[in-house]
Amino acid sequence: MKIIVAIKQVPERDARIRIDSTGKWIDLNDVEFAMNESDAYALEEALQLKEAHGGEVIVLSAGPERVGKTIREALAKGADRAIHIQSSDETELAAYDALGVARLLAAAVKDENADLILTGLQSDDLGLGQTGVILAELLSLPHATLILKIEKTDTGLKLLRELEDGWFQHLELPLPAVLTIQSGNTKLRYATLMGIKKAKTKEVSVVSVADLAAKSEHLKPVVVLEAVKLPHKQRTTQILGGTPAEAAAALVEKLQFEVRAI
Amino acid sequence: MSSVLVILEIKDRQISRLSWEAMAAGHALGEGRGLPVDIALVASRDNPILQTIQGKAPRNVYAIDHTLLHDYTADGYTTACAQLIEHIKPTYVVFPHTYQVRDFAPKLATRFNQVLISDVTGIETHAGAAPESPVPSTFIRQLLQGKLNAAYQHTGTGVCFLSIQAGAFRADEPEAGTTTVEPFLPKLEASEIRVQPGEPFRASAQTVDLGSAAILVSVGRGIKEEANLPIVQELATALGAELAASRPICDAGWLPMERQVGSSGQTVAPKVYLAIGISGAIQHLVGMKSSQCIVAINRDENAPIFEVADYGIVGDLFEVVPALTAAVRKVRA
Repeated sequence: MKIIVAIKQVPERDARIRIDSTGKWIDLNDVEFAMNESDAYALEEALQLKEAHGGEVIVLSAGPERVGKTIREALAKGADRAIHIQSSDETELAAYDALGVARLLAAAVKDENADLILTGLQSDDLGLGQTGVILAELLSLPHATLILKIEKTDTGLKLLRELEDGWFQHLELPLPAVLTIQSGNTKLRYATLMGIKKAKTKEVSVVSVADLAAKSEHLKPVVVLEAVKLPHKQRTTQILGGTPAEAAAALVEKLQFEVRAI
Repeated sequence: MSSVLVILEIKDRQISRLSWEAMAAGHALGEGRGLPVDIALVASRDNPILQTIQGKAPRNVYAIDHTLLHDYTADGYTTACAQLIEHIKPTYVVFPHTYQVRDFAPKLATRFNQVLISDVTGIETHAGAAPESPVPSTFIRQLLQGKLNAAYQHTGTGVCFLSIQAGAFRADEPEAGTTTVEPFLPKLEASEIRVQPGEPFRASAQTVDLGSAAILVSVGRGIKEEANLPIVQELATALGAELAASRPICDAGWLPMERQVGSSGQTVAPKVYLAIGISGAIQHLVGMKSSQCIVAINRDENAPIFEVADYGIVGDLFEVVPALTAAVRKVRA
């Protein structure tokens, strides 16, 4: 099976959030980046499928040069090669909406004719949760979202899909297809020393955003991010200060006499 | 012929609560611009569920009916909704933000060269905007796991697709009005439906009923290791509370899935919800924000959990939680 895994590099979860001078994104100085969590699970599923059925795992990622580090991490874990859609700076890709970015991804992978495209269900930064589904539509492929388990059958794939409130569903679909992967169903592997060494020699094909954009149509965004703001509080929080023991005593008093819960 | 079209979702043979909230959002959009509100759902025209439509009366109810839509598939729903949208040409199409909508609405929007503005938590209408003005509204959604709010605008003249986050709008009170039910029979071929869906099922019988607990002690990533769980378990025991968790804890297998609170787990509203080491991503907040009293213990004072908390302790949970357990034991002794 030839499997493409679309991964995104995102700010680390505990990154400090300060709004930058444009007012449209966070200040990326001193921000550490990591592989988007559900994309890491998509990569793991791809590697397991390759181990069971043979084939090739190709990593696809869009972003500036820094994304190369996350690509190398995926190669070190066992992906065979990579396509890096490289933007010239931090803002070039922000000019596109979800459909525009998906069009760039589609243009980059169209000629690969992969059997399967996997990606995480949602990015931890923009959280649009749409890229995989849009990509499927652009490539005229069937898709399934929130997938926990993938099993290859004679005719395609048998899948376990997560629904809301603890419900699940099995699905069957033919290949080629696009799946978005829910995190948590499997254990993520670590890169081995040997893997890290090998990754250095693996092929990363770099294609610029500008080159892909020149070959794509309808890239003008229809949805535009105007500004970001720190959220305002929905409730008034009373912060209980002091030492841990003082704060704990104050909280118990509140729960006893104001909330009347203990 | 501009209008607002709200597409409702049926779950467990009922129109879901989120659908009423999406409908309220649709009415709010429509009223600001003098647009009529239509609703659509997949059901036959004589389905008794149509009698349960509440809130402000829509102009038309489109009962989308086809045997190929009896089981949900993204292929079937996308084509059926696309045909309905081409038929009535709405300005806005509004969905509840559910797993099902996430599965097909981005595909539907793509058919119209549009992008779904997903997970909307607020709509700000600019004063004096004319009904047909190109940028009448700002749509608010959250970024970075709830740590940032972003304002989005829809540009151009195409149809604008939105999905509304749970709890962002309050369902409208019933209001009298005249509604026409119109069947809509899309043209679908069995060969267009590429995915074969199975019946939804529950993994295992539930042995814990988080919904009936008066106090929940809920633990998140901040606990760091499975070996640290006893410190929250001791607090739960001291309080007579049930132990709950955010998704990463259950994903890691440290606690069973049935203790998970959030959009993919249970929705709870206890008297007291103690969020310990939980940052408060929106997927978690939708499952617990209706709790009567929310207490957050987190070392990051900017964690979004503090936006919904009544009481907060900013500090190291490994110091605060044992102190709290001791304080609870003291008053209970």
